[in-house]
Amino acid sequence: MNWRLIKDKLIQRSFGVLLAISLIVIVVILVGLGFKSLPLLRAESLGTILTESVWSPLNGSFGFLPFIMGTIWVTFISLIIAAPLCILASVYLVEYASEALRRMVLPLVNMLAAIPPVLYGVWGVLFVVPFLSDYIAPIVGAQTTGYTVFAGGIVLAVMIFPIMVSIMVEVLQTIPYELKAASLSLGATKWETIVKVILVKAKPGLIAAVVLGISRAFGETIAVLMVCGNIPQIPKSFFDAGYPLPALIANNFGEMMSIPLYDSALMFAALLLFVLIFGFNLISRLILNRLEGKS
Amino acid sequence: MTNIKKRLLKEKIAKTAMQLSGITITGSLFFIVGTILYKGLPYLSWEMISQAPKGGFYIGKEGGILNAILGSLYLATFSTALATMIGIPISIFLNVYVKSGSFLERSCKLLFDVLFGIPSIVYGAIAFSIMVWMGIRASLLGGIITITLLTIPIVVRTIDELLKTIPVDLKHVTFSLGSTRWELAKVLLKYIKPGIFTAILLAFGRAIGDVAGVLLTTGFSDNLPKYIDEPAATLPLAIFFQLSSPIPEVQGRAYASALVLTFIILIIVICTHLLASRQQKHKI
Repeated sequence: MNWRLIKDKLIQRSFGVLLAISLIVIVVILVGLGFKSLPLLRAESLGTILTESVWSPLNGSFGFLPFIMGTIWVTFISLIIAAPLCILASVYLVEYASEALRRMVLPLVNMLAAIPPVLYGVWGVLFVVPFLSDYIAPIVGAQTTGYTVFAGGIVLAVMIFPIMVSIMVEVLQTIPYELKAASLSLGATKWETIVKVILVKAKPGLIAAVVLGISRAFGETIAVLMVCGNIPQIPKSFFDAGYPLPALIANNFGEMMSIPLYDSALMFAALLLFVLIFGFNLISRLILNRLEGKS
Repeated sequence: MTNIKKRLLKEKIAKTAMQLSGITITGSLFFIVGTILYKGLPYLSWEMISQAPKGGFYIGKEGGILNAILGSLYLATFSTALATMIGIPISIFLNVYVKSGSFLERSCKLLFDVLFGIPSIVYGAIAFSIMVWMGIRASLLGGIITITLLTIPIVVRTIDELLKTIPVDLKHVTFSLGSTRWELAKVLLKYIKPGIFTAILLAFGRAIGDVAGVLLTTGFSDNLPKYIDEPAATLPLAIFFQLSSPIPEVQGRAYASALVLTFIILIIVICTHLLASRQQKHKI
């Protein structure tokens, strides 16, 4: 065999090994998380852990419900803020805006994606939290410090703008021109065409974008931790403090390892996050890949 | 057509709503950067960026944030370099060596897409447990490894996107001239060269801004980072820890750190943008 072929083979092997290693790392993460959360799962059933609402590690009760509800609250609030705004803005960028405007706005959106979470957190502490406690809460007659699930939701909404807008714009650009032309030629206004033709056609892609946004919101740690109040209770309104799952891990890891089952409980929280986000991402990627294949 | 006026009114309202949401989304960027500039600029001085904090980062009033700047730069540089060295070969392997459209190719690419979304706190938690298990304490090295794992999917994905844009003809022509697959890979890499820098910058931006991954693995230190097996300060953590301090001078250090981090990110974004336009021109 000549030297060039040997080199080719050698490189194939070594690159393959690199790929294999990185795949093994994923397996290690999953197995490690599962292995570490076993003690907790042995002590209590999965159902009790997920539905129990008392979190008191010293007494050995590990109820995850407050944290799950905290995560659901902030994610839900961020979605009702971000999803409509992003859909409207992306439709505008694709259907109305000029090429020049689009070229100016999309890089700005990408820049928003590049800002590190901790800076969102700083913005949340400096602006969102005081704004909520001084201006919004008095309007609805609520007493609050501002460190609430509402603040977390607002900060998260801004954080998921970029991923949702960029994917939605891509999806909307795949809608064939003929469909719009047919609708417009029948006398529909542009808005009617958008609602009854474009959005209907783009629905799977838009849902995929929203799901990606949800999974981003689910895993966000620092920005939410900084503004959410971190009280392990089930939030009952927008102006209650919450304690999302990632914040639980970040705040307590490495401390109080002497309490039995505590680190196992935290690893279980990480496992829960990993599995949920993996699932969400997988679903939306599969939808998007199928759409890409079609167009 | 009696209600045409109503329909056109609806159109107008909808259009205004769309414009407003566009403005909200773009405006939020300026709002965030503006808030940080407004708070951080008064604290930014030569002393701030040329000294380590004195008398403890949480209580000491003197000193600056050099420890965090250096720590972040070391951490991001090393982990980006590692992630590039691992990520580019993986991308090349999947695009050149593996049969196009095969199950292996599709599932691996999907996996990296999905991994891209896994939050850094999960990586941090598992890396921390492994470090405890092996008896290693929080250190710069631990942070570098964690952040490398975090950035590999970014590199793989970005390079993969770039390789997809290369016309298939180029592949065929190269093969027809009798080249091996590795020689084809070299041609392809040359073709996407500006894009590779974009991938590196993206990874660097993610690496320097990440908190949750370094929180558990890198620790924090008042000293300038000297050894790889010691804890090191990072900018995001400097912000996170010092912002909650009751002492205004310490809070000032958090604002200044936020400002420095913003500058670094802005420089990265601008460079990426310039490179992207060069990649456009680079096309045959």
